[in-house]
Amino acid sequence: MRERPLSPHLTVYKMSRYTLATSFFNRITGVLLSVGLIVLVYWLMAVAGGTRAYENAHEILSGGIFKLVYAGLLVAFCYHLVAGIRHLVWDTGRGLERAQSKRSAAIVVAISIALILLLGYWLFLAGGRA
Amino acid sequence: MKSLRSPLGVVSGLGSAKGGVHHWWLQRLTSIALVPLTIWFTVSILSLPSMDHVTVIAWMAQSWTALLLIVLVLVATYHSQLGVRVVVEDYVHTTGMKTLTLVIVTFAHALLAVAGVFAILKVAFGGAA
Repeated sequence: MRERPLSPHLTVYKMSRYTLATSFFNRITGVLLSVGLIVLVYWLMAVAGGTRAYENAHEILSGGIFKLVYAGLLVAFCYHLVAGIRHLVWDTGRGLERAQSKRSAAIVVAISIALILLLGYWLFLAGGRA
Repeated sequence: MKSLRSPLGVVSGLGSAKGGVHHWWLQRLTSIALVPLTIWFTVSILSLPSMDHVTVIAWMAQSWTALLLIVLVLVATYHSQLGVRVVVEDYVHTTGMKTLTLVIVTFAHALLAVAGVFAILKVAFGGAA
């Protein structure tokens, strides 16, 4: 059978458009957070595994590589949360005009950065958690 | 009214699978639930005085913590499964490969959900001290 065209048509989009950038970044951060779920469940299993198991896992999870992982997950969480709320607003039929959508894209980026800085400060500096 | 689909289109079964609304709606429901759940989890973890085993267990064994954690793990894995599924459907175009990837993705999420809930319950019922 003849190959039917399937979305998404990656090659026909203008990659510089903010619509594409915000949507694509939402998808990437979503996938990152899915990977983060593995870390979360690994940690939960370690907690349930008793003191020794937890100490071993804690050592791994405190390693330098994981600081990078936490930073990535933090960025992903903040952006995906705020961008997701933008999608929920869209689902009510509001904010879909081009000008509104452009403005909300800027708002999403601004709020995400503020959240990342706030939580990042708390995680890496104030609490010294990671 | 006579169907507008061509006879060829009908027999080859292409087009809408009529199952999209369910997926779309669950994606929305889970995302709404995840807003307060993930914020609660992040703030709770960051508020813990330390990350040593005793502190973590004392926090996790509280009934409300355990309950909310279970809901978080279930809703998050479900939301994740719905999302990753769409990503696979969008980018993996070979039918066999797509099916195989979707099966693995679904199994992996089910395993994560069960393992997460099991771990939380074990701690909550005092099995990790």
